[in-house]
Amino acid sequence: MFKQIALSLLVASIATPVLAGGEVNVYSARKEQLIKPLFDKFTEQTGINVNLVTGKDDALLERLKLEGENTPADLLMTADAGRLHRAVAMQLTQPVESAILQQDIPAALRDPDNQWFGLTSRARPIFYAKDNIKPEELSTYEDLADPKWKGRICVRSSDNIYNQSMIGSMITTVGTEKAQAWADGIVKNFARPPEGGDRDQIKAAASGQCDIALANTYYYGQMLVSDEAEEKAAAEKVAIFWPNQAEGDRGVHINISGAAVTKTAKNKDNAIKLMEFLVNDESQKWYAEANQEYPVKANIAPSEMLKGWGEFKADSVNLSELGKNNAEAVKILDKAGWK
Amino acid sequence: MALLTALPILAVFGYVFVPAPDVWQHLRETVLTDYLLNTLWLVLGVGFGVLLLGLPVAWLNSMCEFPGRRLFEWALLLPMAMPAYIIAYTYTGMLDFSGPVQTLLRDLTGWGYGDYYFPNVRSLGGAITMLSLVLFPYVYLLARAAFLEQSICVLEVSRTLGSNQWQSFFRVALPLARPAIITGLSLALMETLADFGTVQYFGVSTFTTGIFRTWFGLGDHAAASQLAALLMGFVFVLILLERWSRSRARYHHTSSKYSRIPKFRLRGWTAVAAVLVCALPLLLGFVIPVGQLLHWSIKVASKGLDSDFINLVWHSLMLASLAAVFALLLALILGYGKRLNNDPLVSIASRIAAMGYAIPGTVIAIGVLIPFAWADTQLNHLSKQFFDSNVGLLLSGTLFTLLFAYNVRFLAVSLQTVEAGLGKIKPTLDNAGRSLGLSPLGVLRRLHLPLMKGSLLTAILLVFVDVLKELPATLILRPFNFNTLAVRAYELASDERLADAGLPSLMIVAAGIIPVILLSRSISKSRAGEH
Repeated sequence: MFKQIALSLLVASIATPVLAGGEVNVYSARKEQLIKPLFDKFTEQTGINVNLVTGKDDALLERLKLEGENTPADLLMTADAGRLHRAVAMQLTQPVESAILQQDIPAALRDPDNQWFGLTSRARPIFYAKDNIKPEELSTYEDLADPKWKGRICVRSSDNIYNQSMIGSMITTVGTEKAQAWADGIVKNFARPPEGGDRDQIKAAASGQCDIALANTYYYGQMLVSDEAEEKAAAEKVAIFWPNQAEGDRGVHINISGAAVTKTAKNKDNAIKLMEFLVNDESQKWYAEANQEYPVKANIAPSEMLKGWGEFKADSVNLSELGKNNAEAVKILDKAGWK
Repeated sequence: MALLTALPILAVFGYVFVPAPDVWQHLRETVLTDYLLNTLWLVLGVGFGVLLLGLPVAWLNSMCEFPGRRLFEWALLLPMAMPAYIIAYTYTGMLDFSGPVQTLLRDLTGWGYGDYYFPNVRSLGGAITMLSLVLFPYVYLLARAAFLEQSICVLEVSRTLGSNQWQSFFRVALPLARPAIITGLSLALMETLADFGTVQYFGVSTFTTGIFRTWFGLGDHAAASQLAALLMGFVFVLILLERWSRSRARYHHTSSKYSRIPKFRLRGWTAVAAVLVCALPLLLGFVIPVGQLLHWSIKVASKGLDSDFINLVWHSLMLASLAAVFALLLALILGYGKRLNNDPLVSIASRIAAMGYAIPGTVIAIGVLIPFAWADTQLNHLSKQFFDSNVGLLLSGTLFTLLFAYNVRFLAVSLQTVEAGLGKIKPTLDNAGRSLGLSPLGVLRRLHLPLMKGSLLTAILLVFVDVLKELPATLILRPFNFNTLAVRAYELASDERLADAGLPSLMIVAAGIIPVILLSRSISKSRAGEH
């Protein structure tokens, strides 16, 4: 019995075939189904084999930290800028010089010191039930804290990183006090205690449980193209409103998915090659189509559907601020009683 | 050995003495009361729920005969194969405000939001219901095994002394089965304390979600592990409860004479009632959620079924089997070691090791990584010094870590089951064996193992099914290019693609069913005189 166990352990640990082009090891907080197809294409084109572990972002960071200089990981991918910043703060990454990355990715969507790079982006605008609300009634995120919205807003729990990051960006742009006041106000306007995911907020607005929902754009996009008739029908009952668009205002809150090369990467060149591959025109197009996200590269048009939602001004705060402010954001949410 | 298993738990607790006054003040002012109250209600609610669902069906299936009993006997174990977070997804999908049930209700009546009352699935009550529905089989399983192993003679004696069927149940059978029932109960409650997926999905803040949030959101390891220490307090109470129930009296069967249990034949309305009592938890805990999963799977079958998927199934089954065998061996060593020399140190060590069951998998995974990564670093230093090469992550980068983590997490399951099995064997039997020239190992092999066949199978099976469902530790510790069904289901569901998560979820359930059926058969046969 022990022999068999030992044997299967051995097989499992060495079963990865080594290709001629070498390899690159990726720790990813992005779900496998969102990146594997691109990795396969990368391997096909370059002969470089991609080894992948997916997991929760914070847990992967912890694993990286504990493994120290022995970590096999070359590239860290996350679905949130705050986490990339945390990786930098924990000294788990290294700066990368790449003309392609620096040229293709706008400055706000990458680290000032080239420690990490955004690969796709999404917005977190206001969604409203078309039957109950006219877009003229809406203006800014701040306005949602007004008592006139009492009992009309749906949003997910504060455990969720998207809400933490949103507050994190507010801390930078309007200050801790105003962010706290906003959180206190909007909590009083909740239609129900926070529950469920982003799609659930949109569905709740569609079915009349609330009038306003905060959610990420790609969930909305995925619902619109869903195979499930009910999901599609729900999404069609709500529409996007881009808040804070007035002259001089900060714009819609956005976030990215991105990547960073680990400090001790043994396959650094391959890791950079992979990042460059992920921002080439074809990959950017695939991302936009497959996950309804916005490309980070300016010259790539988003999918037809995303174009239909209209253009908007995006908050230009450098996204590393989200990470710096995360702990503060969690405290604000706790104090506001945001479940 | 026990110390080794306790190591990860101790590693996390290394942080306990690091002061974190700021964060604690923040927690006390804001969320701590919520954590405490919600956890308390959850434990009380699920405890009540699993007894309410588990005990009556255990008794009915061991002592009575009614239509469909042969089916219920094993089918009632099926909810065990259903991970709590998955049953939570399915009921939310069905009963949510925007789900089909409430939408239909609104379409029929013309009501809008707020016009009618409908229980909210995503609530503390919902979490209690979900967890009770999938955890009651622990009580059913152990209580039924205990009822079956009771010598019918004591029941007959109580009947001849004038007790009726009910009195002999409450006065004799139930007290005799108490250790087993409490073992089942404490397993269910420990799993409740460690649950992360369900409470997080429902937005109920408990210690588990609190630990996670404090560790990662606030980035404070000290406060997080102090929260974990508080959670341990709950666990400790559970363990004391279980100890206490056992130490009050030692139950050994005085007679080894077993005769076939004369099943009490139910007729008329009592038979209907029995069928209903058995059918309800089965329907709610298995049939309906599986129906929903099937519905989802059929919708997306063309997308999800490929060679990748077969790989997932294979990985999951292999991992679960390996972990189950490891856990059983370890439990035998620990349990038997305790029986041989009743050293308090051995006893304490195995207690600490068994606490892993109530610790969220995330904490255990980090706890396993801390010492293993350290050991790997030392190994690499050595190999660099002597051979001038790095050996890489021999320990923390392979399946070994994962198997170790499973053992820390699930040792309690196998240990308690093995101990319960050993507890039923009279010590006089050991003495007899030794006096006839058997070595301690010989006693184990020739006497105990055959006598405990049922308990051992139970132990293997419980761990197998648990590992199949386990999520956080697998997510954190698995090596490159190694995924399981649970990971796939979670990733799809957390991306809010519930329908796509249906197929892997269904496979987890299906893979769990076969051993569950095997187990039930072997328990029925484990009783001497019953074939």
